[in-house]
Amino acid sequence: MTTTSTTPARPARPLVDRIPVLRQLRQSVGLQRGMLVSGLILTGVFLLTAALAPLLAPYGFNQLRDESGAFGGQQPPSAEHLLGTTVGGYDVLSRVLWGAQTALFVIIVAVILSIVAGVALGLVSGYLGGWLDRVLVVVCDAIYAFPSLLLAIVMSIVISGGQSSLVGGILAAAISITVVFIPQYFRVIRAETVRIKAEAFVESARVLGASSARIMVRSVLPNATRTLPLILTLNASEAILTLAGLGFLGFGIEPTAASEWGYDLNKSIADVSSGIWWTALFPGIAIVLAVLGITLVGESLNDLADPRLRSRRRAAGPVGASVPTSVVPGGTPASTALPESEARS
Amino acid sequence: MFILVTMVFFVMRATGDPITAALGGRLTPAQLAERITAAGYDRPILVQYVEYLGRVVTGDFGTTISDNRPVTQILVTYGGATLELAFYALIVAFVVGIPLGMIAARFRDRGQDALLRVFAILCYATPVFFAGLLLKLVFAVQLKWLPVAGRASTRAELELQFLPNPTGIYTIDAIATGDPAVLGDVLAHAVLPAIALGLLTAGVFLRLVRANVIGTLSMDYIDAARSRGVGEVRLVRTHAWRPALIPIITVIGLQIAMLLGGAVLTETTFEWKGLGFQLAEYLQARDFVAVQGIVALLAVIVALTNFVVDVLAALIDPRVRY
Repeated sequence: MTTTSTTPARPARPLVDRIPVLRQLRQSVGLQRGMLVSGLILTGVFLLTAALAPLLAPYGFNQLRDESGAFGGQQPPSAEHLLGTTVGGYDVLSRVLWGAQTALFVIIVAVILSIVAGVALGLVSGYLGGWLDRVLVVVCDAIYAFPSLLLAIVMSIVISGGQSSLVGGILAAAISITVVFIPQYFRVIRAETVRIKAEAFVESARVLGASSARIMVRSVLPNATRTLPLILTLNASEAILTLAGLGFLGFGIEPTAASEWGYDLNKSIADVSSGIWWTALFPGIAIVLAVLGITLVGESLNDLADPRLRSRRRAAGPVGASVPTSVVPGGTPASTALPESEARS
Repeated sequence: MFILVTMVFFVMRATGDPITAALGGRLTPAQLAERITAAGYDRPILVQYVEYLGRVVTGDFGTTISDNRPVTQILVTYGGATLELAFYALIVAFVVGIPLGMIAARFRDRGQDALLRVFAILCYATPVFFAGLLLKLVFAVQLKWLPVAGRASTRAELELQFLPNPTGIYTIDAIATGDPAVLGDVLAHAVLPAIALGLLTAGVFLRLVRANVIGTLSMDYIDAARSRGVGEVRLVRTHAWRPALIPIITVIGLQIAMLLGGAVLTETTFEWKGLGFQLAEYLQARDFVAVQGIVALLAVIVALTNFVVDVLAALIDPRVRY
């Protein structure tokens, strides 16, 4: 996640190698590959569920009755309601499936918004410098140090006053999460921009009379986005957790507007004390699996990107030396157990 | 810290005045206007801001609208509970995270390591409130080993009420009563919340310790020690461990922010009456003065801990200088 320094110019690679995830998949070996593959599978299932929720879910997310009458509250799992019903009388399975869709919407909106805002601010701040840069850095550092959930709560109060419809709720949740993420993109892009600014090709563009805006967009931006996919995956999983946290505290989306895992979990606190397990267990498992999948992908990508990081970090000489990973950039698998066992024997 | 307080102020005020938010709909517009004038919310925002800053500097974070209590009093009453919870959670995180991280580093890329890494990610992927609910379900409801919620049973609470100078930190108060049953009761109530919150941080520690111990294990001086015949366990425990400690301390500072955020959720799950629980209550009541006060207060706490951690890091690591 903390990739901020230089990449030497590399020769062009074949096309297959340039597709982000595929390349890493080819690079990976053993354990690493296992983690990446299982992460991809879980993420795939999550995406499919989100896309096909209307087809998969036996009932609507706010459906309380069908032809044979009301579902009834807190019914244990049965043939009609595979995972039982909630205290409000909703079908748990349906709400879990629809919840994936809500989570996906929020992730998409939050990630897009924070990338756009974070990248734009980072570029401008890093390229222009001056007092604007200093102010933005201080503000972003302050936001970064603050408990993100509290920040999201404050934002969601501001945006929606705490009550939400479907679109409003998703937007409010997404924007609340966005504010938390902007500093991360901002930092990375700014650091890259400051570095790239000093390179010869930027200099020559300036000599040719290109405007600052043009240089930023055409020369700096394409070279500064290297680490974005990585932050993106890690943020996506954090977005699910923040959304669930907001929902759990009652700032999510109204149950009639959309299904939200955190809200359902909040409603199940009382159930748990009386031994009703199905209303809490399944939305919770849904969150864990979705976050786990995306995190596994992000972590694996992170580890695979590390060898280059490590050499540079060590050159800079700070304390936090990073994990030596199981691969080298060229794709030659190097057994990581080797250095140790060699030395031992 | 100053920036955060400022931001919280302007952002919260951007929603409109807090009186309408809290009481709107329950009072007539005329009554509302009267209350707004009385509280000074109709004046220019900059005037209000300067006044607010002045009050914050003198330690006055405002008075809640819904039950008319000073925010600082809420801190005094409930801060102890949150502190207690965060303290126990940190202990759990240390006890679980650090040894497991060392084991993972020792067995890098083998079965144990794989298992532990998945465990660490699971810790991160599980929301604290879900972990809390699961723990409750298994240990409190099914097995009935531990209490379901709260900080003490009614009988113990009563006994604690009679203490002359309660600290609000129940463990200390319970020791003060001199009654082992009360202490046991209080500790039993703390186990599940501490584990729920602690596991979240334990995952972070595990990964951090693993990464750093692996980093130091690949240093030359470790090879030198190994060639002198120092055992593997000793290598990890004494040689690689110390240098790995420095980044860990820095991260602990960052974790405090996460712990406080997590405490809000944990306290709600376990009805642990601390700052986070109060925050959630005021959120439900739409009492945004109280929310603003508590959030600003937490910002101050976070900023202070970060400062302390920076100083600690400088003391431990001679290379860090300010």
